[in-house]
Amino acid sequence: MTTPMRDHLGRSIIAVTGLGVVSALGRGVEENWAKLTSGVSGIHRIERFDTEGLRTTICGSVDFMTDRETSAVDLSYAMAEAAGSEAVTMAGFSDTDFGGPLFLAAPPVEMEWRSRLALDAMDGAEREEAGYERLLEIARKHPDRSIYHTTQCSRVSEMLADRLGTRGLPITLSTACASGASAIQLGVEAIRRGETTRAVCIGTDGSISQESLIRFSLLSALSTANEDPTKASKPFSKDRDGFVMAEGAGALVLESLESALARGVTVHGLILGCGERADDFHRTRSKPDGSPIIATIRAGIEDAGLTPQDIGYINAHGTSTPENDRMEATGLAAVFGDALATTPISSNKSMIGHTLTAAGAIEAVFSILSLREGILPPTINYDVPDPKIELDVVPNEARKADIRAVLSNSFGFGGQNACLVFGRAT
Amino acid sequence: MSQTPRDVLVTGIGLVSSLGEGLDVHLARFGETEPKPSIEREDYAPYSVHTLPEIDWSKQIAKRGDLRQMELWQRLGTYAAGLALEDAGIPFDEDARSTIDMVVAAGGGERDPAVDALVMERARRSNAPETVINETLSTELRPTLFLAQLSNLLAGNISIVQKVTGSSRTFMGEEAAGMSAFYSTRSRIASGQSEIALVGSSFSAERRDLLLNFDLAELLLKEEWSPVLSRKPGADGIAIGSVGAFLVLESPEHAQKRGAKVYAKLLSAKADRGRREPQAFADRFRSLLPEGMDGEDLLVLSGASGLADHAKIETEALDAAYPKAARIAYGSLMGHSFEAHMPAGVALAAGLLASGRTARPSDPANERAQAQPARRALVTAIGHLHAEGVCALEAVS
Repeated sequence: MTTPMRDHLGRSIIAVTGLGVVSALGRGVEENWAKLTSGVSGIHRIERFDTEGLRTTICGSVDFMTDRETSAVDLSYAMAEAAGSEAVTMAGFSDTDFGGPLFLAAPPVEMEWRSRLALDAMDGAEREEAGYERLLEIARKHPDRSIYHTTQCSRVSEMLADRLGTRGLPITLSTACASGASAIQLGVEAIRRGETTRAVCIGTDGSISQESLIRFSLLSALSTANEDPTKASKPFSKDRDGFVMAEGAGALVLESLESALARGVTVHGLILGCGERADDFHRTRSKPDGSPIIATIRAGIEDAGLTPQDIGYINAHGTSTPENDRMEATGLAAVFGDALATTPISSNKSMIGHTLTAAGAIEAVFSILSLREGILPPTINYDVPDPKIELDVVPNEARKADIRAVLSNSFGFGGQNACLVFGRAT
Repeated sequence: MSQTPRDVLVTGIGLVSSLGEGLDVHLARFGETEPKPSIEREDYAPYSVHTLPEIDWSKQIAKRGDLRQMELWQRLGTYAAGLALEDAGIPFDEDARSTIDMVVAAGGGERDPAVDALVMERARRSNAPETVINETLSTELRPTLFLAQLSNLLAGNISIVQKVTGSSRTFMGEEAAGMSAFYSTRSRIASGQSEIALVGSSFSAERRDLLLNFDLAELLLKEEWSPVLSRKPGADGIAIGSVGAFLVLESPEHAQKRGAKVYAKLLSAKADRGRREPQAFADRFRSLLPEGMDGEDLLVLSGASGLADHAKIETEALDAAYPKAARIAYGSLMGHSFEAHMPAGVALAAGLLASGRTARPSDPANERAQAQPARRALVTAIGHLHAEGVCALEAVS
């Protein structure tokens, strides 16, 4: 039997031929997968900065790649470079001459506090009064392009494009916590259009700082269960109290199945479908009837040419906030109906925290590994089930399962919703 | 997806800048005998900033609650998006707008300058500056400022206020974001992946924190203002300008079905990047310029930023490729608007093509007057640090 190269709509089937990941659990696919399937938490106390006076003092930052003073741009780059290089190499391409486009989900960045304070401490200004007028006077005396680079949202993709040898102008995008999924979607669309036979899609986020933590904290989005950091992220539990900010990067090499088979490389999984829909209800909350989430899940499954019954496992958005987990369960129930009770669903965020811009890409990597290995990572810290959320969350221990398709959800502030559907390679 | 690519049409334009509000105002300002910018020099001295006139935001953002949640950048974008949708004749209801895709090019990072000043002030007197940051930000920051800061919240506000919910993607990264927005949206519509999309950007220049970022890299014009192409090396630089520019792009089938008026065809949107050694830079820019376009009915709208080295490379390439074409550098009148610069240029180009009106040089020594109304237009962009892009448009009647 010959392998079909086109999907139910006559489009190129998309193969995943390379994977790379960095998270609080470690660097590389192997280390991450071993810990994830063992139920290990990567959440720890914040050591990057002084936490005195903060309501939340825990996070899933990546502290093993760069030093404490590294900017969000440089840390986001370091993780994207590690994951991107791993994925491109796994796919059998040169990691300095990939030769296809780059789609990058990266955090919005701006000047960091250490730069503002360092500038303010310099001489050269007539104005004594603190503020931007004074900093402008100082900047005219002491220009410093390296500070400007820490404020540039395109800086990471520029450096990655040179490092990995990608082609054309990379797209840097942000759809908040759905960004990683959106980057993959752009890659899928480019291959389906026939513009390229391969693309590298990366989500990265190294933006934990005092201010970013405080901003989420002021919106009451973060867990304050500081006592035992490893227990703080508890998606779908009754006592969940917010998400845990985290960092990391996920990378996938996408390729037309035709190209992958012609090259004779291993296909780790397939991307069968993408769905997206924006929400017009509120800046941080979902429409109460869940209609945008429902429409997004339906669109993803339909784009894949499947029905909910075909989905063997759901990689949840599962942030551990009261609102998200409830709305996600409501949306899934509307689409899956009775089938939801027999469809396992787990949240990687229980172990790695919420990697924000990177989450969709990291969770795509873990979804593909679940399909390839036939193992579902658990939702850890599931000790007090929420009676209002009746789901098989793969509680606390990984499970073997023979699955053929995975749904991965990503929802973000600003009404961003994206769903990806993955399939097994054979 | 394998069928022949189809045309991509511009069917709606929303444009707001220092020159005023609406496409007609812009065409009029560009058509004056001696076009002049609207610049604020005193407030931001020694910098030149193209600031917005008074705008009645309530005309496009009806709810005061929504307006309060937005800083200037988001108001400007949400307003311009509303103008574009209205101009495209798309009724203001959820059903009509729930299938429209959206691609927004955005910066972000709105600050509260008073809070930032307070942190700096207190940190001077402390030997534990990190504690000062924690305490001051935790008590002084408005919680909702975060939502005025996140890049994708311009798109989020457009979804909420203008009801565009088909899809929502925000591209980041200065000029490159604007180029990619057109490249991606055009490709999706041409290939059948999308039928109708709102694409655009906004940039608020009236922010000292942004001036600080740019001047740390010595990018800003500090000399007396002059048109962008006349700025000489050593006395060159960028004069930033507030701009909100959105367009509705549409497939011919979709436009015909709803009887939409058509401004122009978006023939292509190309972009690239790479190292900026002069030869490689010039070769790469040249390779983006479409062939077979030259003629007296071609208008090149140059997005020159005011950086003299870039202008030289661009001018030489355009002189060689399009010796007969007219050329206007639109940043002289509107200022440079980074993410919004390419959208502003494409909006102007489509407006000029459809109206048969002409843009007059504000810098006759470096620009070339139109001998006749344009039938085709190119919009060029050379990013201030990286990325080069060119959009090509053609009149439809």
